[in-house]
Amino acid sequence: MTTPGGLLLALAVLVPFIGVLVGLVLGGRNAQRVAFLTMAIGFGVAVAVADHFLRSGAPVVYLLGGWAPPLGVALRADALAVVMLLVVAVVIFGIGVYACADFGTPSGAREARAPFAYWLLLMAVWGSLNLVFVSGDLFTLYVALELLTFAGVPLVSLEGRGETLRAALRYLLFALLGSVLYLLGAVLLYGAYGTLDIALLAAHIRPDPATLAAAALMTTGLLAKTALFPLHIWLPPAHAGAPAAASAVLSALVVKGSWFLVVRLWFDVMPGVITLSAAQLLAGMGAAAIVFGSIVAVRQERLKLLVAYSTLAQIGYLFLMFPLAFDAGGTALVHGGALTGGLLQAISHATAKAGMFMAAGLIYAALGHDRIADLAGVARAMPVTVLTFAVAGVALMGVVPSGAYLAKKLLLYAADDSGQWWWTIVLQGGAVFTAGYVVLVLANALRGAGVPITLVVRVSRRSEFAALALAVCSLLLALAALGPVPGDLVSNPLAPAELGSTLLTFAGGALLALGLARRSLLAPARADADAGPVRRGMVAVGTAIANADVLVRRWPSASVAMLAVTALFGWLLAAGAMSN
Amino acid sequence: MSGGTLFGLCAALLVGVGLYGMVANAHPLRKILAFNIVGSGVFLMLGAIARRGAAAGLGGDPVPQALLITGIVVAFSATALAVAVLLRLFDVTGSVTLSADVPAKPDADAAEAPAKPPQSPGLG
Repeated sequence: MTTPGGLLLALAVLVPFIGVLVGLVLGGRNAQRVAFLTMAIGFGVAVAVADHFLRSGAPVVYLLGGWAPPLGVALRADALAVVMLLVVAVVIFGIGVYACADFGTPSGAREARAPFAYWLLLMAVWGSLNLVFVSGDLFTLYVALELLTFAGVPLVSLEGRGETLRAALRYLLFALLGSVLYLLGAVLLYGAYGTLDIALLAAHIRPDPATLAAAALMTTGLLAKTALFPLHIWLPPAHAGAPAAASAVLSALVVKGSWFLVVRLWFDVMPGVITLSAAQLLAGMGAAAIVFGSIVAVRQERLKLLVAYSTLAQIGYLFLMFPLAFDAGGTALVHGGALTGGLLQAISHATAKAGMFMAAGLIYAALGHDRIADLAGVARAMPVTVLTFAVAGVALMGVVPSGAYLAKKLLLYAADDSGQWWWTIVLQGGAVFTAGYVVLVLANALRGAGVPITLVVRVSRRSEFAALALAVCSLLLALAALGPVPGDLVSNPLAPAELGSTLLTFAGGALLALGLARRSLLAPARADADAGPVRRGMVAVGTAIANADVLVRRWPSASVAMLAVTALFGWLLAAGAMSN
Repeated sequence: MSGGTLFGLCAALLVGVGLYGMVANAHPLRKILAFNIVGSGVFLMLGAIARRGAAAGLGGDPVPQALLITGIVVAFSATALAVAVLLRLFDVTGSVTLSADVPAKPDADAAEAPAKPPQSPGLG
């Protein structure tokens, strides 16, 4: 049944795509105007959906053409979808304001290719994401996912340079490999159940071989699109090579689309089929991503690559919630505190990472380079931007008071409740790794330069504050404690225990940065060979991990890893099904 | 062996051949072709499922047939986009290698700047 306000769901998807078409027809600088008009309308639609959802307390449903599933297709907005609709609307607006400086059509020109493409693609990404959030069936989700990839790939190569085109092609081909696995899984499910509607499937799902194979194939396909370690072949070059306004979209939003689909698949389609061991594997890949991504990030010479590798690590965080979300018996995934924590983590990452990429882009534009070791003096020349980077970094670390802090608390409680102490270690230790690259950048940026540095171009004030606003949003998510999250979690952030853990995080991060940085923070001129044994040892480890990353990101190893992960998931699921 | 099983096995074979092609071939164009072979396998599977689920008086279950058509359109667009990016990559760098760490031509960056080929509108 279509509920009141159901038509709004269709509008949430249609409005951005109408924006794409109108912008395409009007052309030139009108594309930008249309984009901002669309953002205003789209935000209104998202708020209206949230309003209907809160008033009725039940999912908003729209049946396309009045045909009920299994013959027809339903759009559904549950709590997860409503939250994501709102967040994406806000982040898209922030990125849009930032992008005005980079992607305004130059005065005098009637139309410039990159700005024109950028505004259309921004709307296309938004529409595809909204479709991912509200789709009620697995095939529509497949189409939405493909649309998202098709909109994301050209964003990578907006500048048209050879290396960015290569990064775009790698991204597209690997994503296609992932999506074909997802589609194969969906086809197997249709063959077994005769429907792809999420609600109908959830009612009938049983752990037979076809379902288990489908679960393994779909999960792995989605992980390849999310770039979870070791399937991150495409992410670093694509996110680091794109212009900052596009990287922010790709890193903050596009990877969340396929992550959200994993959540849908595991929590809503087959909560009872997924086994705890499979969830442990998924979170284990996440933990590996945190360690691996953070260490490689600290070893980077260029700021944008550092931020790209930090995305890799943050994607790992998003998967830690899965083993913590099982019910008491460990038999089925349930909506609860762990899922809320995971969602909060995704939101705070979306806002903070967008702000961080924008700050990196502004520094690159102003200095004409983004070599981390040569950032001295930047803090004096661009205080707002460096503050943005610091705020975003603190928000990602999950120290008080930020959304990620609340998320971490929720996950820690879930880990305690289910007795999975090893995830407590990962959750607490992960923050140290995050602190490592944040401290590295800030230490370099805050160092005074001998002579005041001259900026190549003056960056737009509006862009600086748009980035800062998004980063601050991530901190303000701690206010969720007033509403959806139990308030007693934020008992007293200044209590000795909390303060101590914050200080420990920073100290650990500083040690990591000191040991692993490309150019020693204390003695920049000294060669690594003259350094002490600890520093030499850490550099050797860092170099080895960076070399391993190059190896993992080769096409043959990445695609074989994808098949191996599929097989591993299939095996774990089948073992769980047999023991029951 | 029933027709459905035979077609299902053929589909599995196509998927396997295509996956092997995507993993083993270094050339991007071959990867794109291999993707299309995997796609054909998946679509054949859908066709077999449609035939198996036919209601009385119908040649096949219409829902998978509709999914099949949509899937073909998506795969076609994906192929078109991939080929367009590939052509552009060749225009700009003069090579189509995917390995980002080793530039195929040492002077690729130098050749890129002065001789920029005309912007083709179809790539955005």
